[in-house]
Amino acid sequence: MITLNINGKRRKVDLPSDTPLLWVLRDQLGMTGTKFGCGMAVCGACMVHIDGEPTRACVTPISTLATKKIVTIEAMAQDETGKKVQESWLAQGVPQCGYCQSGQVMSATALLKNQPKPSDADIDKAMSGNLCRCGTYPRIRAAIKQAAGIGEVQA
Amino acid sequence: MKIADKTSDASNPFQSADAVQIDNISRRTFIKQFALSGFVLAVGMPLLRADETAAPKANPKFGADAMPHGWVDNPLVFVAIAADGTVTIVCHRSEMGQGIRTSLPMVVADELEADWARVRIVQAPGDEARYGNQDTDGSRSTRHFFMPMRRVGAAAKQMLEAAAAAHWRVPVSEVKAVQHQVLHTPSGKAIGYGELAKAAAKLPVPTGDALRLKKPEEFRYIGKGKQGLYDGRDIVSGHAMYGIDTQIKGLLYAVVARPPVLGGKVASYDASAALKLPGVIKVVELPSTPLPAAFNPLGGIAVIAKNTWAAIQGRNALKIEWDHGQHASYDSVVYKAEMETAARQPGKVVRQQGDVDAALQGAAKRLEAEYYLPHLAQAPMEPPASTARIVKGQCEVWACTQAPQLARELVAKWLKLPEDKITIHVTLLGGGFGRKSMPDYVVESALLSQAMQGKPVKLTWTREDDLHHSYFHTVSLERLEAGLDAQGKPIAWLHRTVAPSISATFGPDSKQQMPVELGMGVINVPFVIDNLRIENPQAAAHTRIGWFRSVSNIPHAFAVQCFVAEMAAAAGRDHRDFLLDLIGPARSIDPNNLGDTWNHGESPAIYPVDTGRLRRVIETVTREAGWGRSLAKGRGLGLAAHYSFLTYVAVVVEVAVDETGKLSIPRVDIAVDCGPQVNPERIRSQLEGACIMGVSLATQGEISFKNGAVQQDNFHAYQITRIDDAPREIKVHLLPAAQFDSPLGGVGEPAVPPIAPALCNAIFAATGQRIRQLPIKEQLLKD
Repeated sequence: MITLNINGKRRKVDLPSDTPLLWVLRDQLGMTGTKFGCGMAVCGACMVHIDGEPTRACVTPISTLATKKIVTIEAMAQDETGKKVQESWLAQGVPQCGYCQSGQVMSATALLKNQPKPSDADIDKAMSGNLCRCGTYPRIRAAIKQAAGIGEVQA
Repeated sequence: MKIADKTSDASNPFQSADAVQIDNISRRTFIKQFALSGFVLAVGMPLLRADETAAPKANPKFGADAMPHGWVDNPLVFVAIAADGTVTIVCHRSEMGQGIRTSLPMVVADELEADWARVRIVQAPGDEARYGNQDTDGSRSTRHFFMPMRRVGAAAKQMLEAAAAAHWRVPVSEVKAVQHQVLHTPSGKAIGYGELAKAAAKLPVPTGDALRLKKPEEFRYIGKGKQGLYDGRDIVSGHAMYGIDTQIKGLLYAVVARPPVLGGKVASYDASAALKLPGVIKVVELPSTPLPAAFNPLGGIAVIAKNTWAAIQGRNALKIEWDHGQHASYDSVVYKAEMETAARQPGKVVRQQGDVDAALQGAAKRLEAEYYLPHLAQAPMEPPASTARIVKGQCEVWACTQAPQLARELVAKWLKLPEDKITIHVTLLGGGFGRKSMPDYVVESALLSQAMQGKPVKLTWTREDDLHHSYFHTVSLERLEAGLDAQGKPIAWLHRTVAPSISATFGPDSKQQMPVELGMGVINVPFVIDNLRIENPQAAAHTRIGWFRSVSNIPHAFAVQCFVAEMAAAAGRDHRDFLLDLIGPARSIDPNNLGDTWNHGESPAIYPVDTGRLRRVIETVTREAGWGRSLAKGRGLGLAAHYSFLTYVAVVVEVAVDETGKLSIPRVDIAVDCGPQVNPERIRSQLEGACIMGVSLATQGEISFKNGAVQQDNFHAYQITRIDDAPREIKVHLLPAAQFDSPLGGVGEPAVPPIAPALCNAIFAATGQRIRQLPIKEQLLKD
């Protein structure tokens, strides 16, 4: 039995310790906002924050998380930066199918917490781990800039 | 209108509706005397083979009329108004990122004079007899349902007005519905929709001439693009529910090990290690079905567990011996050579004018080129997933599907239950791109629930499953030859298109492309060349070929638009000027005269090929992109134009190739004429996305086979474009329609095909290097 701190709540999990956080969230706890896309840390759909660091839940076994703070997309509306990112995402009309956008919002929020005024190169670096098959990248970039309160800046 | 006493997100006021069904048949329009070879693609079930489609049928139907179950425009089916005024609108088309759950209900709301803030949307289950055709493919949802949805809204509004007039005992001519209430102008009285709904629902539904549609200048929402995405808030907060997110009490989780080679089956297996793993409940063999594959499950060994991870671990522990069957030697390198051989010999002539051979003999200059495009996987970010349960002889399914009625019919067939015992709930789709038109995975989930005595089972395809077992985009070899006269004018055009056909997935030994595939930009080139011949040599399929966004337009546009650029260079002319001359003057062409008997299932009279519109998008995009401007070393502009899905698109791509050969794309301009624009904001987002998908397939997309099996396992091997490699700037130029009642074109697909050729033409402009084989991958890199 492992106790996890997820979005400020303690959740007891009785699963093998090598189980990735992703499946605990989705199948055990019913928190389906964190998405499955690849299972090998190459698409970013499962991005969560572990002690503030953007982390891929699909390759993070719960055995490593006993003392950590886990934050998921479901808590972003209560996060000052996360809320700002969500609003700019809507204002720019970023989502198409929307499936990857949980992970995109989590990566963008982590970026803005670390770098409140990111350059284009910073955005490339922080967001290149998040795939979007619909191709919403130009709007993701614009939405990050809007959330950061910066106009069009060139790299 | 069905009356719901309360508004509740949990209740669907239509579930128990006993609304009257209207008779579609009497309303069918657009009936013309032309051959029907149309709806093979659109239905997603090719019942017709190439040779069977030529015979004209009496009274052919076009557009939505020609689709299974056509369309329905009964407001009692699509609109409900609660006592509190909440307007519920049904969306019967699948949402996969195109914004249809916003755009079509917005059309209803506009004609209904509903306040968008008081509209909620419910998704229809698969039930075409009730809702009309639901196959969400072929860039058809808005094209086919714009007018029916307008009529739905207008009829409901008139019923509310009639109810208000009766309530006040005034002539209906004195009342007017405005934003969720009906006003009586002479007295200044007003009454809300919620108060009127019950009485309005009992009134006759106005039809035909009694229906009054808005004039375009009266639209509030249509054409404005001001409505945010209906599901946007749920999406950005992680609350949107996709097929993979279904949760039911007592849910079991499954993954399946499928035969790695098409037509393969399990020879033997040992599940003992898998069954010892924690969380694994059961291992079930699913029988393989004989070819052709159609929409049948592939068979294999399923592991059912307490969670998805345990199921995956269980699958890893299976020991399976496969009997690979007849396609075990499929090898993409060998196959490419076979296609080249086929393309260098005459094939079935599918269009011919003049004498190509003589013209080539007499040409001052001759060119030839071969273009190769590999298989692609749709790879939606949400892989296929479906949940099923069977209770007391009724099967309920929750699935991300583009084809819910087809899924319903297939599940009924496989479970041997009547169709009315099957309910297909349509979730949001985390991308579709054609993959989710093929409901094999939905059938699998139903079979797995059946194997578990009807318990709810969620089947998840892992990314490996998705890439190994898709219905792949075809692989193609396009060979072109041309002759120019002494003045550089094109006088001969020979195109041999070699590609396994989608029809091979459904019929035995089908080796020719169907009219549907040929009509996607190879047979119907609207070029002014006296001597022209299109041939289709045979190609056998060794995997499941299926629909991928834009389908055969991708290889055809790539070859044709790259080759025209090569011809222009050979003629020593500017590419744009050469292309415009090749298209010739503005004129309206009957697609039948171009050998295209399909015409996207639409009437040739209503949807001719309009070279004036094609010219205009080329002129617009080159002007906006600054065609001809001077560029720094290593930079170049490339042009391509393509007509597909009844929409005209031209693209200019700007590339930069550095001294190491690294490619970047600073800017893309796209000009589009899709006719009237119902939701311009979502049109823009679709075009931006199509551009990036086009870049992705051009630069990185490749599924290859070795020993019959796919070689790419996951996104590390099947790369799709990331933000740092995407075009930095995409400028969309929407051309206004001549008038709002002109016919609608498609939007979701037509911008994909011209991207890759424009990109490769830009690379030539920047570097002098011709790319004739996709993906580009490392072709530009210097040693």
